[in-house]
Amino acid sequence: MEFRTFVFYFLAVILVYAGLRVVTLKNPVHAALHLILAFFSACGVWILLGAEFLAIALILVYVGAVMVLFLFVVMLLNVDLDRLREGFWSYLPLGSIVALLVVAEMGLVLFYVYSGVPESAVPPAGAGYSNVRELGRLLFTEYVYPFELVSAVLLVGIVAAVALTLRGKRKTKSVSPSQQVFVKARDRVRLVRMPAEKGD
Amino acid sequence: MTLSHFLILAAILFAIGIVGIFLNRKNLIIILMSIELMLLSVNINFIAFSHYLQDLAGQIFVFFVLVVAATESAIGLAIIVALFRNLKTIHVDDLDSLKG
Repeated sequence: MEFRTFVFYFLAVILVYAGLRVVTLKNPVHAALHLILAFFSACGVWILLGAEFLAIALILVYVGAVMVLFLFVVMLLNVDLDRLREGFWSYLPLGSIVALLVVAEMGLVLFYVYSGVPESAVPPAGAGYSNVRELGRLLFTEYVYPFELVSAVLLVGIVAAVALTLRGKRKTKSVSPSQQVFVKARDRVRLVRMPAEKGD
Repeated sequence: MTLSHFLILAAILFAIGIVGIFLNRKNLIIILMSIELMLLSVNINFIAFSHYLQDLAGQIFVFFVLVVAATESAIGLAIIVALFRNLKTIHVDDLDSLKG
């Protein structure tokens, strides 16, 4: 067995183990940490496949941002874990049947068509080949409109996340313009008639 | 090492994600994590095909999937936080105000 195959199996075993622990662990914090392990192993698999830029992006975006967000939310929420685990295993038969069916369908379609593609069919990359450069060139020429659309998606995501979590009550002191326009003089000043004091 | 190795790995991960949604049907946070696992397996498929068919378009698509997945998890977690602030629970059985 050549070294590359060994690395693949090593990463794959860790990846599957971490995935299984994500879905079976009781504590969401432990599950999130195992998900980080899964992303890290997947990053290794992607580097084996020659996708260096995306592997780094996976680490930066997922481990660096998304999983930290997950951990923060898990820590902010005070959830009753025992209640969330009621009847945990009761749906395992149904879930595994659905999962096996999905995998069988994928297998029938994919392995029928692509089972005969060996590693030797792929020409090795040249000495000056850079995955990042090629990806960037493609992204900014042929796929520039999808790229800009995706930035709009990100912007909408930011606005939605802020709008969803914004507190309803306002902390700043400001005047409502409609109240300001419709105000009358008698709302502001009250004239009180008083007898003048007698001087001594 | 053939393409099938990566396809099988991605299929196993996808199955784990599906089983995770079934097992943790009461815990919204783990459901989101299972969705992330399934998206990861899809991305592994894309990159494997991109490598073996010598076409970088697959990697471009993974880039877009990453962006959408990050947005999705951010909005999902914002919804969970808003839910917890209003109802003091994220138990799926308690979220029945729409009578669905």
